[in-house]
Amino acid sequence: MLTKKQYDVVVIGSGPGGLAAAIEAKKGGADDVLVIERDVELGGILLQCIHNGFGLQTFKEDLPGPEYAQRYINEAKTLGITFLMDTMVMDVTSQRKLYLTSRDLGYIEVDAHAIVLAMGCRERTRAQVRIPGYRPNGVFTAGTAQRWVNVEGYMPGNNFVILGSGDIGMIMARRLTFEGAHVERVLEIQSYLSGLSRNYVQCLDDWGIPLQLQYTVKKIIGKNRVEAIEAVAVDDKWNFIPGSEEIIPCDTLLLSVGLIPENELSKKAGVLLDPVTGGPYVDEHFQTSVPGIFAAGNVVHVYDLVDYVSMAGSEAGRSAAEFALAEKERSARYIPLVPGKNVRYIVPHKLDKQALENGDISLQMRVTKPIEEDVWLEVHGEENSIVRRSERYVRPGEMVTIVLKPKMAAEVEKAGRLTVDIYPKSEA
Amino acid sequence: MQEKYDYLVIGGGVVGAMIARWLSRYEGKLLLIEKEADIGMGSSSANTAIVHAGYDPLPGSLKALMNVRANPMWDQLAGELNFPFERRGDYVVAIGEEERPLVEKLMQQGIKNGVPGMVMLDAGEMRSRERDINPDVSGALWATTGGICDPFQVTVAAAENAVINGATVLLNTKFEDFIWEGNRVIGVKTNRGDFFARWVINSAGIYSDAVMHKAGVRPEFFIKPRKGEYFIFDRAEVQIHNVLFPVPSSRGKGILVTATLHENTIVGPNANVIDDKEDTSLTKEGMDELLDGAKKLIPSLNLRHSIANFVGLRPMGNGPCYTPGINYNNDYVIEVPSSVQGFVNLGGIESPGLTSAPAIAEMVVDLMKDAGEEFVAKKYWDPIRPPRPRFAHMTHQERKLLCDMDPRYGRVICRCENVTEGEIIREIHAPIPATTYDAIKRRTWLGTGRCQGGFDMPRVVAILSRELGISPLKVTKRGTGSEFLFRQTKDLEVSDVN
Repeated sequence: MLTKKQYDVVVIGSGPGGLAAAIEAKKGGADDVLVIERDVELGGILLQCIHNGFGLQTFKEDLPGPEYAQRYINEAKTLGITFLMDTMVMDVTSQRKLYLTSRDLGYIEVDAHAIVLAMGCRERTRAQVRIPGYRPNGVFTAGTAQRWVNVEGYMPGNNFVILGSGDIGMIMARRLTFEGAHVERVLEIQSYLSGLSRNYVQCLDDWGIPLQLQYTVKKIIGKNRVEAIEAVAVDDKWNFIPGSEEIIPCDTLLLSVGLIPENELSKKAGVLLDPVTGGPYVDEHFQTSVPGIFAAGNVVHVYDLVDYVSMAGSEAGRSAAEFALAEKERSARYIPLVPGKNVRYIVPHKLDKQALENGDISLQMRVTKPIEEDVWLEVHGEENSIVRRSERYVRPGEMVTIVLKPKMAAEVEKAGRLTVDIYPKSEA
Repeated sequence: MQEKYDYLVIGGGVVGAMIARWLSRYEGKLLLIEKEADIGMGSSSANTAIVHAGYDPLPGSLKALMNVRANPMWDQLAGELNFPFERRGDYVVAIGEEERPLVEKLMQQGIKNGVPGMVMLDAGEMRSRERDINPDVSGALWATTGGICDPFQVTVAAAENAVINGATVLLNTKFEDFIWEGNRVIGVKTNRGDFFARWVINSAGIYSDAVMHKAGVRPEFFIKPRKGEYFIFDRAEVQIHNVLFPVPSSRGKGILVTATLHENTIVGPNANVIDDKEDTSLTKEGMDELLDGAKKLIPSLNLRHSIANFVGLRPMGNGPCYTPGINYNNDYVIEVPSSVQGFVNLGGIESPGLTSAPAIAEMVVDLMKDAGEEFVAKKYWDPIRPPRPRFAHMTHQERKLLCDMDPRYGRVICRCENVTEGEIIREIHAPIPATTYDAIKRRTWLGTGRCQGGFDMPRVVAILSRELGISPLKVTKRGTGSEFLFRQTKDLEVSDVN
């Protein structure tokens, strides 16, 4: 299935940021572009956002999430971008090596000239807003509930209270109402809405779902499944106002209390993160602190509109292609130096073909075993010999040097890789 | 339904599981009953995960005796049962000069209890071992024999090992009463019928008082739950490498800041005596108390990096001290009461109960021998509970090999903790099958990370539904009544819609 070990640009994540990045990378001249998606389908969280409101900036059209994603998916497929689904990136190194795993591929390594991080974000959980009470089933983040309702086709509750006036929460309030569930109310600890005003109007107000500002959940009640929540009013410093408590019966509490960029892989690659955004420090091309590793979309900071995520993805993809092409050209000039017979290591490990134009290059090495007779030291390519000289003996304790001269440049150019062998003349 | 057993253990906590494992060495039919949907759902999976050195319990108490006897048993136990265990040592840290004598006193108590390998460290040494420690540190007791483990893994491994050696474990099976023949217990009534046995062992944890009262034993004995709340921190943000105790007070060992074998730091527990044995709710006051307590040891700790909470109930009993004449009334009860035949009675096995579990199991067998039980060792008893692959902890090379052997290990289901489909399926079909979300969570550590299951839940529900051959609507978090899903979308009666 996956035939290449080396790609020009590898994009991690096929949400709006990743898809736009892959497309622009390909258009920008990167030949081999690979997109890795951990879910079973392309499109990321857009697939569960079946409401409209996407694409007003990009397409001047009002599209539902899956259709917005499909336009990018179609273009990417037309361009010949490679996709891996149901595949998880386990590790990324600063040298742009990736370790992937999936049921079909097993555990494999892939190298990239450039990487675009587009892992998106995750939702803040109950622990991060520290809600006291029991820990029954029925406390879900709004996005998890959205996945269940819109993708899996199941209702995770009948009577809902929503904590937090984030966009996903408000959109779910309307969605659940469509599906015949009852949404009792939305509580928001702040004195203002945390999502978009249009979502308040279209998702709450139009459906008669009350929004209570400066209210939060004091306690979750119910041991196995949520039975009720205790709501409470708060002052400007979020202190509970005594006497304002109210028990609200419900079977599900949805949390829409914020998003956090998901950067665990970025950290593995050594990318520096901004403690304020939670995402990588980036330059205007969305390059992170690690050269050749770019980041786009909600992995950098949480966006309000998907159109802006796509725009960021495009810029990151373009820049990644540019970096990859330069890197590819640079690496194409290099030929590896490989220890052959009785050679333990060689320094340098690789050689710029054009460097011989500037003068001699010494190869320094140590042997594996001593040979106490006349030996040949030979540098050769896959099919051609470059240079051979003799020594009266070699010993591991004494370094061996072979010098490549400018006159050998043509033969070195021909060789795909250089191997050094050291062996007794008697065996020649 | 009438089933006849030789030995019947009530309660599948770590003590019950360990007793079952010890009894499984001998010929005879063995049954363990557990009222919940999984074993280890009580205090055994909600504690500080520490294998105590033994300096803390009062000299002369059964707690001290069991603790010090059990501590050296853990290396072999971990080796045979293949659960995570590390003898890292633990520290009792004195903050400010006034606490230093208290730590020295604790060391003297440890010496009385027979604890080996205790060392007093000066402030500089302690600072060098935990760089974020409170700068006012004045010294510390380092108990080198202290260890940390995964307490749920200990419980499941011991119970599984018993099952491998022929024991039966029945979940969702609740003790209701004893069946008598004269003054001899000959079985138990449960919600799933009667089970007969020559010996019944009360290892019912927080409900052990109710069980012994049904046997007419120790009517004055009562369990008072002491609630302990905890915070778990993101390992990517908070890295504490040691087990750090504050100096103990009359209310217990105090609020720890401690490393776990999952590499997450945990903070807790507080200790509040409550009445309700089911009250595992988290309180705001408790959370504030934890933070204050933790900051005493590690002032830089930031609650922003907390990813989860849990609550455990210590089954504190009012048993008199094992050694007569010592004024102490929270000791363990481990006995074969003279008034009842065929009954082993345990009660009040709170901390250091996890540590003590193997010694308690050994003592139970000895007490039964003393009461005339003639044990015959099995010819082929397998002490080994085989290890399970843990994808997240493997090297690249090991992962490659595992995926080549079974491609299901290549599919990651939990993205924060990197738990694979292969690991989940294996637990669903294990000797003690994991049939709920929480059962899988405790066994694989899935859903415990920073997203707290937000991404994996729908996928795990689908896998459980497929593997168990049940509707997704029947999949639960921790047994009947804790279902995830109510109905399919578009599945409304017309009359439901106004």
